Formats: sequence, C-alpha cells, structure tokens
Amino acid sequence: MANLHTRFIGIDSPNPFWLASAPPTDKAYNVNRAFEAGWGGVVWKTLGEDGPPVVNVNGPRYGAMLTPDRRMMGFNNIELITDRALDTNLREINEVKRNWRDRALVVSLMVPCNEPAWKAILERVADTAADGIELNFGCPHGMSERGMGAAVGQVPEYIEMVTQWCKQHSKLPVIVKLTPNISDIRHPARAAKRGGADAVSLINTINSIMGVDPATLTMVPSTGGKGSHGGYCGPAVKPIALNMVAEIARDPQTAGLPISGIGGVGTWRDALDFMALGASNVQVCTAAMVYGFKIVQDMASGLSDYMDEMGIASVADIVGRALPTVSDWRYLNLNHISKAVIRQDLCIACGRCHIACEDTSHQAITASKDGVRHFEVKEEECVGCNLCVTVCPVPECISLRSLAPGEVDQRTGKTVVAEHADWTSHPNNPMRA
Amino acid sequence: MSNPPLPDVRAARLSAQDYALRFADATPALTPGQALLEAERCLYCFDAPCATACPTSIDVPAFIRRIADGNLRGAARTILEPNPLGGMCARVCPTETLCEQVCVRATQEGKPVSIGRLQRYAVDALMASDRPQVFSRANATGKKVAVVGAGPAGMACAYTLARNGHSVEVFDAKPKAGGLNEYGLASYKTTGNFAQRELQWLLAIGGIEVHNNWKLATAAQLDTLRAQYDAVFLGLGLASTQQLGLPGENLRGVEDAVDFIARLRQASDLATLPIGRRVVVIGGGMTAVDAAVQSKLLGAQDVHMVYRRGPQSMAASREEQEWAQTNGVVIHHWLAPLEITAINGHARGVRFAHQEQINGQLQPSGEEHFIEADMVFKAIGQRLGNPVLAQVGLDLDQDGIAAAEHGETNLSGVWAGGDCRAGGLDLTVEAVEHGKRAAYAIHAHLCPA
Repeated sequence: MANLHTRFIGIDSPNPFWLASAPPTDKAYNVNRAFEAGWGGVVWKTLGEDGPPVVNVNGPRYGAMLTPDRRMMGFNNIELITDRALDTNLREINEVKRNWRDRALVVSLMVPCNEPAWKAILERVADTAADGIELNFGCPHGMSERGMGAAVGQVPEYIEMVTQWCKQHSKLPVIVKLTPNISDIRHPARAAKRGGADAVSLINTINSIMGVDPATLTMVPSTGGKGSHGGYCGPAVKPIALNMVAEIARDPQTAGLPISGIGGVGTWRDALDFMALGASNVQVCTAAMVYGFKIVQDMASGLSDYMDEMGIASVADIVGRALPTVSDWRYLNLNHISKAVIRQDLCIACGRCHIACEDTSHQAITASKDGVRHFEVKEEECVGCNLCVTVCPVPECISLRSLAPGEVDQRTGKTVVAEHADWTSHPNNPMRA
Repeated sequence: MSNPPLPDVRAARLSAQDYALRFADATPALTPGQALLEAERCLYCFDAPCATACPTSIDVPAFIRRIADGNLRGAARTILEPNPLGGMCARVCPTETLCEQVCVRATQEGKPVSIGRLQRYAVDALMASDRPQVFSRANATGKKVAVVGAGPAGMACAYTLARNGHSVEVFDAKPKAGGLNEYGLASYKTTGNFAQRELQWLLAIGGIEVHNNWKLATAAQLDTLRAQYDAVFLGLGLASTQQLGLPGENLRGVEDAVDFIARLRQASDLATLPIGRRVVVIGGGMTAVDAAVQSKLLGAQDVHMVYRRGPQSMAASREEQEWAQTNGVVIHHWLAPLEITAINGHARGVRFAHQEQINGQLQPSGEEHFIEADMVFKAIGQRLGNPVLAQVGLDLDQDGIAAAEHGETNLSGVWAGGDCRAGGLDLTVEAVEHGKRAAYAIHAHLCPA
C-alpha cells in the first residue's frame, strides 16, 4: 500500500482526506468517529465570537438534486456556523487533538470584520492544541447578511486585511477559505496571498435555490412557506471547483500558494482530479453526509492502489501534475483533427448519437444504411465535437480518433499536418502576432 | 380384479386464502419508486424500435419520459391517444414479442425496459385520479354507427367514433360487454375487475350505448343495422372453437378451454369451480397456457399441456411457456391426440401418437403415449363459425372476414376488425388497432374533409 502521508503547510496527516468545516465536524462525538474511520484531518465547524451562539431554523436545512435513483448530484444547505457555546467547542477541540495527535485538526473561524473580534478569538484558539486556522470567508447564506462569510470573501481588500490580522495575532498557519460567488477567483486568492495566508481552500458553497414545489408554488426547501438561498455543493459543483483551483494554481501571482481542494469530492478519482490540478489535499463534506465516514477507507484504498499501479511514491508527486495541460483556448492546436468512431460491435442502435448530432450539431451521423437502422459517422461532416461520445449510453462505444499527420480530413479536404498552429497566429485573427 | 380409478373432479380443493393468493396479480403493479427507476432505464431512442413494434404505435419513449418527470397524466394521454385500451394491453400484450423484444436495453443488458408494466402504471394512475378523462367528445355529427361486438376491436372503434362526435350503438352477444377482455383472459392477468373498469372509462366519453344479449343470428338483423345506421363495424370475434374430431371428444370432463376460462373469469367464488386432479390441455397457444396454469392454480395436482409440434412452433411465447412451467405445468411436445379414453362416460385419459418432422412433414413415429386425465381441455384454436356472415354476402377468407387495409369489407358501409377479420395476429392490441383504424376510416367516410 502506497504511503498517503501528507504535509500541508506544515501540518501532517496520514492521508490527504480531510473533513471540511461543516455539520460532520461540529462536535467531538462526530470528529472522534471520523478519526476512528480513518480521516486524515478535520476542519472543525466554524466558530463564532463568544457570547450567545447563533440559532438555526427548526425546519429543513438541506435540499438536494437527486438522480431518479436518488443518487445525490447536488446538495444545498442553510445551516449556520456552530450553534454551540464557544467554550464547549474549544474544550472539545483540545481534547480531541490530544487524543489524535497524528491527525490534522484545523479550526474554522468567522467573527465580525473588526480587529478586536479576530484578536479575541485567535487568543482563545491559541490555548488549544489545534494545528491551524481556516478563515471562513465563504458561507453564502445567513452570516453573509451580517457582514461575515461571503460578504468578506467577495471584497479582496477585506480578505487581505483580515488575513493580515490573523497572521499578526496568531502563530498558527492560516488557510483562507474562498467563496466561488465572485466573478474571478484569482482576485480573492491574490488578496489572501498579499495578506500573508499560508494557503487557500476552495470552493465554499455556491448561492442556490433548489426549486419550487409544483403543488404549492413555494420555493424549496422552505421553512413554513418561506425559504432563502442556500449554499450548493456536492458532485455537481466539482467542475466549477476544479477550474477555480487550476486558475489559482497557474496564476503567476499565486502559483505555489498551497491549496486545499473542496467541492464534490466523494471518491479517490475526485481527489486525484483536484490534486493533479494543483491542490495539496482535499476536503470532503457531502459524500460523508450521504454515506457516512466509512467512505474515507474506499478513497484511501483507491488512491493507494492507483499510486502503486502508476509507480507514484508520494501524494506530493501528484500535486499539479496535470497543470501544464491546462491552457487558454487561444493556444489550442487548430491543426489537430479528431473524428468520432462508432464501434458497431458495441452499438445497441438507440440512435441517441444520431438525433443529438442531427438536431443540435453537425448532421454527421447516419440513421440508416441500405434501408436498415444503422449509425455511422460521416467523416466528411464530423468536426470531432465529442457530443456523440457524451450522449452514448454504452461505455467505449463511441470515441474520438486523432487523425495522424498525412491523413486527409474528409470534411475540409486538407491534409493533416504535424505542426502546431493556434489562434494567436491564425489568419482570421485580427490581433494575430 | 381391481377397478380402474374413478375420475377425481372436485371443487374447493384449496382454502379461501390460497385461492386469493394464487389468483392475485401475476405481475404486481410497480410502486412509484420502482416506476421511476425503471423509467430511467429508457434511453429515449431516436425512431424508437419499441414504438415501431407496437401495433398501435404508442410513442413509448415519450410516455416513459413523462413518467420519469412526474407527468403521469401526460404519460397516460400519450398511451391512450393511439390506444384507448392501453390499460388492458399493458396487462395482456405479449410485450416480449413486441415492444420489449426490440428494446435496445435488451441488446445492451439482456433485460428490456419493462414497458408493459410502466404502461400499466401510467394508465392505472390516471384511472385512479380525480379526473380520469383526458379526452373530450367532439361536437355531435348527427351520424349513427352500429358496432357488433363489445370486445377490444368493437370498443376501440366505438370509443374513437364517439370521440369524433358520432353516436354509437354497440351490440354484444354476452350479458356483459368486454368480449375476451371480460371472458377470455387468465384472471391473474386482469385482476380487480379491470375489464369492467376500463369499459366504464371508455363509455364515459359519452355517445356510446351498449346492448347486451344481442346475438347476430339472422341475415335480417345485419340488413336492419345497415339500413338504420350510417355505418356498421363488425368486431364479433371468433365464436366457435376448433374440434379435435376424435373419439371421446364428447365425454364428460372434456371441455373447450375458452369455456373453462370464461367460467373461471365469471365465478364469484373460485371454490365452486370443480377441477380434475389430473388435467390435460391440448394445444400450444396462449389459451392453452391460460387454461393449464389456472387448472394448476385451482388445485389440480398434475397438469399436462400437450402440443403436437416442437417448442419453436408454439403460439405461446417463450415467456408464456416458462410461466406455465414455473407454475408446475408439464409441457409435452411432438404428441398428437388419438383418442380420449373413458370410464363410465367420463374422460379418464388421452392417448397420443408421437410425432416427428420428416422433410417438413409432421408424421407419426409409431410410438404411442398415454396420459391419465380427469379433465381434458381443448385449446386448438377458434374460428368464425357464424353462418350469417356468408348469408349476407360478406367475402370470407379461410379464417375470417376479408377486409382491406382499414377494415373495409366488400359490403358498402360495413367495416370489420379484430379476430373476426381474416389474417393477423389475433392479439388484443391488434384488435384495438383494427377498431381504431376502422373508426378513422368510417369518420372520414361520414365526414369528408
């Protein structure tokens, strides 16, 4: 079994799978169970300032986007930060960390946007054995209405300012958790770095409304007939998160800033995606809330077996490995030609490729041949768009073939050349170099 | 000298609980969760093979997609528009040889989407809803049409005509309307009095009047209908059964399977139905299977279904054969009956000649085989058998009324469909299609565009 040990901003954990700051990490009972199951670390559910704790609604806090067989694709919540007393949380954090010294325990924080408030809570956390702090600048619901969470994360200047306070008033490593509810993720990430953050973690949840009850025409979930937007997460948000992680990882201003990847991680493959695109570890919530803590064992097993098979010695060797393959559109090779190929031995003749291509793309797939139902690519029409591959219900049945230099593209009649040529030098580009 | 065993034919072989259990729905209704999951398996094929395979051309992917997206009313409308008897067809269609046979999921996974069960789910949901009607009747045309036979063909025709604003009178020989749906199917295929519930749904469109106990016995009756109505549709089914023409055929304990099935369908208490301890059913079609399985369910100990050719030639589908076997029926092939032997004027067994196929010809091999039986059911086919049809001058083919594409007969103003029409598959769903097509043609004839 491969060694999954991870060191993230100086914090050691036996594997790169952490539980994100969320309901599963609200108290010692859950966190102890998580560590027993094998989680490498947890980010304790966000603590607020001392005093009367926040209150939650007593109706539905969660909503979901499900497939017809009720697999959860997307998850939405309106739960606030911890509603337990600060003292209780701090005492439990201390106890848990002392019992689980090999695991990472980071404390998530969210207090009003003034220096004394941050100073006060940081002093309290310093008295525990916690390994680090995560600044919750992400929560898009409830707390943001009070000038916290995403309300801070949407203003780069605030991020920089609060991060500076934390670095100044705490010796612990600081992770800044970013909200995706912005237009360009690089700006808040740069601000965090300017403020001295040791790392960023992303993404927090996305502003969302799950839908409307058709019988009552009431938004769902609703608390007694009214609802508010919640934070969206789960498998559906992963591609958004991956892009944001990669954007930060390849931005010259933030390249090298450690990243903790969050957003729809439920399997080792998801974790691999995040890490290959620049994250050093991952944080999980939704998958644990659906299946329980045991899934970490499947994730660890999967990653370990993968690393053994690939001959990868350490998790750190995966981080950023796919980043060189992430580029901008203008640098994509316009001389590369792909054509769809349908394997007739696997084709079940459902015709989805045909109708998708016929109605919405390039009319490049037949419906019949010699009067018989038959689906075949017309290379002279195919632009290699991949739509048929994605709609085909049979794995491996349709794939894209890259034309080799020297072959003729039946659509254009041109011979494929080996040389790279992209938009930057294309004759149609008025801005070409 | 010991006496040969006496026929053992008795009623009340089972407890009331066992009757209820054994004659429950053979294929239980899908739960909402099951329906959703099954609907999700449908790939929404382009030019879907299932829809092409359906004799009534139901847009299967569309109704399944509507089940999946929570629009059961729309799903039912998609089914009932081309097939007003979609509820019964969902129960009795041999889907394994129609829509489900060509389902691409069968190609992919060896398991087609359960189209029949989904269809039943959608139609049942509509019929159980507060507003079970999805179509309304067009303005009255003032035209009157007579329909002979209240089976699937007749009722599909009557319903379609009524929807188009015509006044329809249906004449049926039986005390209850429904034809084979009411009298001719295994009861576990259509539990809960569904045939009558569906009939009520059909009649609720309005403009249809049903006359029961009306038999077409004279040429004058048909002449009167032709004179008094603007059009006539004949959907009178097959009234007679094929006979074996063998010694012993008229013994007590020997019966047409269709009569047995009808009796069973109409029985208010199954415990009153006598059944033999040992039963032989002669025939290889769905009627034979229905009779054999129900004999077993009534408590018969040994039930033999005997067919003179091989399994490939049986009219009962593979699934039907397996259903019979699952229920404990023993299927024999390559045995042709020679004689039903007697004891005290009652059947005691059937003597068979073993058959073999030589150069495509069925020939006795010389071997004989005897199967003891307390009851013998004949299920070797049905035929038109109504002399009036020839008397009025209708062109008849070997097996039925000769009709053109939409059911036009050689008599002007007379259309025909369902089992009484020559050729075809003799399936409920085909009868519905005949009735519907004829109704379209009659409507076009009565109200030219």
